[in-house]
Amino acid sequence: MAKRTALYDKHLEANATMVDFAGWDMPVNYGSQIQEHNAVRQNAGMFDVSHMTIVDVSGSDSTDYLQKLLANDVARLKEKGKALYSGMLNQDGGVIDDLIVYKADNGYRLVVNSSTRAKDLEWMQKQMLGFSNLSLTERPELAMVAVQGPEAIAKVKLVKPEAAVAIDGLKVFQGRPQAEWFYARTGYTGEDGLEIMIPEAEVAAFWQSLLEAGVQPCGLGARDTLRLEAGMNLYGNDMDETISPLQAGMGWTIAWEPADRQFIGRAALEAEKAAGVANKLVGLVLEGRGIMRSHQKVIIDGVGEGEVTSGTFSPSLECSIAMARVPVATGETCQVEIRGKLIPARVVKLPFVRNGKKVYE
Amino acid sequence: MANVPADLKYVASHEWIRVEADGTVTIGITDFAQGALGDVVFVDLPEVGTEVAAEADIAVVESVKAASDIYAPLAGTIVAINEDLVDAPEQVNEDPYGAAWFFKLKPANAADLDALLDADAYTALCEG
Repeated sequence: MAKRTALYDKHLEANATMVDFAGWDMPVNYGSQIQEHNAVRQNAGMFDVSHMTIVDVSGSDSTDYLQKLLANDVARLKEKGKALYSGMLNQDGGVIDDLIVYKADNGYRLVVNSSTRAKDLEWMQKQMLGFSNLSLTERPELAMVAVQGPEAIAKVKLVKPEAAVAIDGLKVFQGRPQAEWFYARTGYTGEDGLEIMIPEAEVAAFWQSLLEAGVQPCGLGARDTLRLEAGMNLYGNDMDETISPLQAGMGWTIAWEPADRQFIGRAALEAEKAAGVANKLVGLVLEGRGIMRSHQKVIIDGVGEGEVTSGTFSPSLECSIAMARVPVATGETCQVEIRGKLIPARVVKLPFVRNGKKVYE
Repeated sequence: MANVPADLKYVASHEWIRVEADGTVTIGITDFAQGALGDVVFVDLPEVGTEVAAEADIAVVESVKAASDIYAPLAGTIVAINEDLVDAPEQVNEDPYGAAWFFKLKPANAADLDALLDADAYTALCEG
């Protein structure tokens, strides 16, 4: 039987359509995913993300360990609560997973994808060899709720005034605890908001209070259209173990300096750079009729072919948008093969939408 | 529960069929189907005059999350399409048995109508 989060009953009460996601019974929508999407762009929405895997890394070796494990450099996290986004790579430079790491009291806290939990943990344990003062602790007893949108932070403070001490003054990609709760100004929507880690026993009451304050419950469907508009990668779609971060729009997450930091995958990435990176991840905006979907072929005249990695209808832009991996020489136009027809599309720089507004040219 | 009007016929691929007085049939997708698809954002229709075989895929409906083919429930000729639906695909969610008809077809053999499901049989199929 699929696993259930502590909010399962709340989802059923709100008439959610439930689907299996990585072994979890999760809400895909509560009626209209477009309404949910728009609520996040215009007001506030909340997502149950308790299925995501939280792992605490502690011990005096944790910095050295993560400097080897991750392509980004945790030494950049100067103060407690600061966070960064990173790929965890294999020796070939392929992406095993993407994750967020927070600096904590006696180490770090990692949030990794639930769909990759087993292989992530196995990989992380394997890389512990040679580090003596290090432990990994999974935190399944913590639920997680993402509250996102221009009104999100105000709504959280409204229903939980004692959280203000943790929330006020939080910078983007920074988190702070308050009692057993942890508030982080992060998200997967392109809007302002919080991701909040909460003891399981307390999460249903919090969800209910947000619901009563007018925060829209949002499912995995809206989560996907929001992150795609925001130009944020989905593991398994936009990158995987066969794709390097250089070909997945994640070049900015690789900390090349200091040059002597030997993170896993570094040699492969350096060789790839030296040889010339073959492909890039771009945004596509469809100019004709249809909806782009993952795995559709992209044809660039005189250059070659690429592939749509994620495609959908954009509720904010009211047209089809996609992320696609294409040869680096790709210019401003291409064609996408949709159900046997070639439809013209424009190549744009990601993201499509930030803070409720269209941002590409 | 999904609405299944008693005066329509159905096929297992979730199209409804209304037999008109002039012998043509009007075709759309059921309330059950639109509920499963979610927000419909794109519809592609066949051309008037197209001759279609039974069970041929002749139209497309796409929601935010997925694309789905629409099948001809009967062999025949397309005699009309609902062009308004192309500009307002959300009608498929709002009014699946009314404004959101997809196309009209003149059956090749009137006897083929006898093979279609009635509302009870279609309801049983959805609940199975």
